[in-house]
Amino acid sequence: MTGTINLAAEVQQASGIANLAWLLLALPALGAAVLLIAGRRADKWGHLLGSATVIAAFVYAVLLFFDTTSLAADDRTREAHLFDWISIHSLNVEFGLRIDPLSLTFVLLITGVGSLIHIYSIGYMSDDRDRRRFFAYLNLFVSAMLLLVLGNGFVTLYFGWEGVGLASYLLIGWYQGKDFAATAAKKAFLMNRVGDVGLALAIFLMFKNIGSTQYSVVFDKIGEQSTGVIVAIGILLLLGACGKSGQFPLQAWLPDAMAGPTPVSALIHAATMVTAGVYLIARSNPLYSLPQAEDARLVVMIVGAVTLLIGCVIGCAYDDFKKVLAYSTVSQIGYMILAVGLGPAGYAFGILHLLTHGFFKAGLFLGAGSVMHGMNDEGDIRRLGGLARKMPITFITWTLGYLALIGFPFLSGYFSKDAIIAAAFSEGGSRGWVFGGIALLGAGLTAFYMTRLLILVFLGKPRWENLKSEDGRAYHPHESGWTMTLPMIVLAVGSVGAGAVLSGMLPEWLSPTLGELVEEHGPLSHTVIAILTVAISAIGAGIAFALFGRREQPVTRPQRVSFPVRAARADLYGNHLNEALFARPGVWLTRFLVFVDNRGVDGLVNGIAAGLGGSSGRLRRLQTGFVRSYALSMLGGSILVIAALLMVRFA
Amino acid sequence: MSVMSSVLLLAQEQAPAPARAEAPPLTAIWPILIVLGAACLSVLFEALLPKHLRWPGQVVLTLLTIVAAGVKLVTYVSGAPAAGETAMFGTLAVDRPALFLWGTLLALSLGAVLLIADRSVEPGGAFVATAAIRPGTVQDRAQVGSTGMQTEVFPLTLFALGGMMVFCAANDLLTMFVALEVLSLPLYLMCGLARRRRLLSQEAAVKYFLLGAFASAFFLYGVALLYGYAGSVRLADISEAAAGSDRSDTLLFAGMGLLVVGLLFKAAVGPFHTWTPDVYQGAPTPVTAFMAACTKVAAFGGILRVLQVALESTQWEWRGVLWGVAIVSMVIGAVLGLTQTDVKRMIAYSSVAHAGFLLIGSIAVTEKGLSSTLFYLLTYGFTTIATFGVISLVRDSSGEATHLSQWAGLAKRSPLLAAVFTFLLLALAGIPLTSGFVGKFVVFEAALSDGMGPLVVVALVASAVAAFFYLRVIVLMYFSEPAADGPTVTVPGAFTTAAITLGVIITLLLGIAPAFALDWASSGVFAIR
Repeated sequence: MTGTINLAAEVQQASGIANLAWLLLALPALGAAVLLIAGRRADKWGHLLGSATVIAAFVYAVLLFFDTTSLAADDRTREAHLFDWISIHSLNVEFGLRIDPLSLTFVLLITGVGSLIHIYSIGYMSDDRDRRRFFAYLNLFVSAMLLLVLGNGFVTLYFGWEGVGLASYLLIGWYQGKDFAATAAKKAFLMNRVGDVGLALAIFLMFKNIGSTQYSVVFDKIGEQSTGVIVAIGILLLLGACGKSGQFPLQAWLPDAMAGPTPVSALIHAATMVTAGVYLIARSNPLYSLPQAEDARLVVMIVGAVTLLIGCVIGCAYDDFKKVLAYSTVSQIGYMILAVGLGPAGYAFGILHLLTHGFFKAGLFLGAGSVMHGMNDEGDIRRLGGLARKMPITFITWTLGYLALIGFPFLSGYFSKDAIIAAAFSEGGSRGWVFGGIALLGAGLTAFYMTRLLILVFLGKPRWENLKSEDGRAYHPHESGWTMTLPMIVLAVGSVGAGAVLSGMLPEWLSPTLGELVEEHGPLSHTVIAILTVAISAIGAGIAFALFGRREQPVTRPQRVSFPVRAARADLYGNHLNEALFARPGVWLTRFLVFVDNRGVDGLVNGIAAGLGGSSGRLRRLQTGFVRSYALSMLGGSILVIAALLMVRFA
Repeated sequence: MSVMSSVLLLAQEQAPAPARAEAPPLTAIWPILIVLGAACLSVLFEALLPKHLRWPGQVVLTLLTIVAAGVKLVTYVSGAPAAGETAMFGTLAVDRPALFLWGTLLALSLGAVLLIADRSVEPGGAFVATAAIRPGTVQDRAQVGSTGMQTEVFPLTLFALGGMMVFCAANDLLTMFVALEVLSLPLYLMCGLARRRRLLSQEAAVKYFLLGAFASAFFLYGVALLYGYAGSVRLADISEAAAGSDRSDTLLFAGMGLLVVGLLFKAAVGPFHTWTPDVYQGAPTPVTAFMAACTKVAAFGGILRVLQVALESTQWEWRGVLWGVAIVSMVIGAVLGLTQTDVKRMIAYSSVAHAGFLLIGSIAVTEKGLSSTLFYLLTYGFTTIATFGVISLVRDSSGEATHLSQWAGLAKRSPLLAAVFTFLLLALAGIPLTSGFVGKFVVFEAALSDGMGPLVVVALVASAVAAFFYLRVIVLMYFSEPAADGPTVTVPGAFTTAAITLGVIITLLLGIAPAFALDWASSGVFAIR
């Protein structure tokens, strides 16, 4: 613990190649600027430039990674000061980059997956007139996301945080002409604001109580604060994380965000941006690791556990390919949040799951995109089926991602998810049983809905043969071009191998930032948990096979279904809840304020005007035009003046 | 108190009071002598010059007089003693504020005389020839052809101007009273000289005369009581007596009240304003301009002198009462202005509200209060002259079209006039970049620094209310459909153009670069001797 609290003392000045770290931000930002400013003139080569900047950033990130690994473990936390950003009185915000194992891990993930998805988008967006603008937004996103993870203070993080929010908003609403896309973008933006308020308040609290927002100072002094402040900051940070990462109770925007193009869903809403919440909590580990922050961590765990269950349950009921994956994402991020909520026993596992999830979920989304690309953008899984033969590469890569996700032994999900479940059990006592049990149950449900997805899309009968898509065309499924399949293959390789490779070295690599991994042993041994997990996953998959694999599935979703299914189809009434708790009171408040404005404020203003006009009209009658009455008024005034003078003197 | 007596002491040490037998030093009062002398000469012109020469003769004489007095004033100011001096056996105090007021009066009367002298807007001038001849008849036109213009108004103007100049420099109450009558009597006459709407004009003159006489009686009774109290009518003696004597304070405060009422009447401060709308409306517009600008300056010059010299030591007794008067004046001006339908009456109520603002500056008995009030008088005077100059240009077949409904859509027909009038109204409302804003700003600042915060708040509210009726005219001019049989805008001759231009330029200049005028206004305080 002391190791993490004394982090500030260990921060090294960046030197050598690390001094060029600003390139990571500048390259994609430059790409975005050029593409947006050049306009239509860049249409021909825009996608190439957009991809090139991200690939160049990735290459630099790899070099930086090896540069860092060549240092001793204690010297791996470095900072590069760029300039003084805000310097007003006692508030001094420095614009600087923190290069440490945690941020480097994210940088590699963002630029690596980002590069693949840029390449994939060249093919996927080839029919879009505005492909150049799409790449500009993607570049903007990458730049902002890198700022988010590289910034060396909470304000720079907030800058990146809002930047990715903007890029996400622009990309969700990419198909501007469609109502549901515009609505989804607006919804994402608004719900993110709720979380952002939490993050902003947390930053204000830091500035008020600690006097700085730089990581080095905040983490150094957070231990001296009162428990109330620490818990408040912890919970407000969590609120920010909930907004960005689609956690309960702010999870409803993420499935709707699938209205954006599929590469966006894969990059932003599966692999990178939505994990920013996990990054935030992992980054703030010196705060959450404090013994005073126990309550805050419990809240984090509860949010994670509730979310992972919600995601699984709803995922079982949806018929939209990407929305099922989106709820799967919600649920997997729930695992990560649960993991980082466990404290030193779970930070590294949360990041591990984040990385492996980044691979397989991006792969799954790209596979979904590939299917939809070949199927006239059809996303209803009940209208698909039997596509394995038509799209062999997609099928194979997707299946590998699927197996990784459900935790098939020795694929990447097996290592990361099992580790989280084990860590949850090792929390000990009733907490351990509750959180471990939920995580275990979630694994079974995950296997169920993912298997359902696999069967309905790739196996079974080709239900699309006698159907036409909405625009009246017949379906002609075909495999996608190499720019799309290549990233899928690369990600599939990652899905298979990343877990095995990373689970061994990641905890140690991250220890300078997250502290040493604390291994505790719960009531069940790791082996027992591994076996249990695999068994429960197998049961989930088996039930799915039994339900969907052996019977023919209807093309339209059945309407007469049991209550749990109805509830799940309605997002477990999450939208209703939000509407009842926030939207409707908000509307009432608005109406009330409009009423106050109309009647109260306007009434006051108009009333004053009318009052003055009325009194003016009455007083006017005193101006009779008769000298005698004028003289009388003068006399009255004089008597008053003299009387007043004498009263003042003699009173 | 000790400060004042030491000031007195110092003043006595530096410049011993002139012996009574000594011949009066005239250098300081040359401007007054020139104006009053020219007034007498002007009467002779009226009697002796042939009809066709009278108008050019009178105009040249009047303008020359004002210019010569101004030149004399400027040459004297450059070498004048900083603490001021007395003249005419101590009856006139020629100090910095008096000099500033003289300069202001001369400059304003130049503008007013230009308006009065104009014959192009209304052929034959704005003044009556013979009471029996109705305007527009054959006889009327014949008379215009034979005489050009009635010119009695010029000597009257000069006498009034001379009275005003004496009034603001008067060092004792009796001189002040005489000056008051010298300035008032010509004004009563001038009000009744209107060529058009003759009955209204004559009614206004009678009302003004009756009420003015009433107010003079108050003033004189006040002087008598104060004499009874202090044994002297000299301001310095009264001040001394009030500062330290055991005589009856009833005499002092009753006398003070009556005296102040007489002064407030002249300054058109509410509730002693009742004559203002009727007289402003009835009087010929050039005379209204002269009255509104110059009388205000002279009256407030007198008020400032009485309050700051004679009554300074009792300020804690009268201040609260004058607070009330200022509030009443601002509220009456702002509220009653809202429902006026006649432009001249509206400006009259505006002047009542402005009198309230000026009173705020006057009751701040500090150097800042003095200088800010002087500055405000300068700005207000020029804006008012230009405003009435513009009003005199909008005419229909029966003379000036002063009803507001006739001003509807005026901007479409004559955008320049509408723009100028808009600018002047904004200055009256106190919008930045006009002199009105700077004037209000310095007055309110002086009041605030003298601990009159609540009064300033009331003043701000009142000016917000008053802004409504100024802006209403602007809206009327720009956003209303013009009436079918609306008035025409006369192309003004050189005199009126010059007067309006002078007013507008100074309004703009003092709004943008007020520093030099503020420096003049704050170059010295009243001499107490």
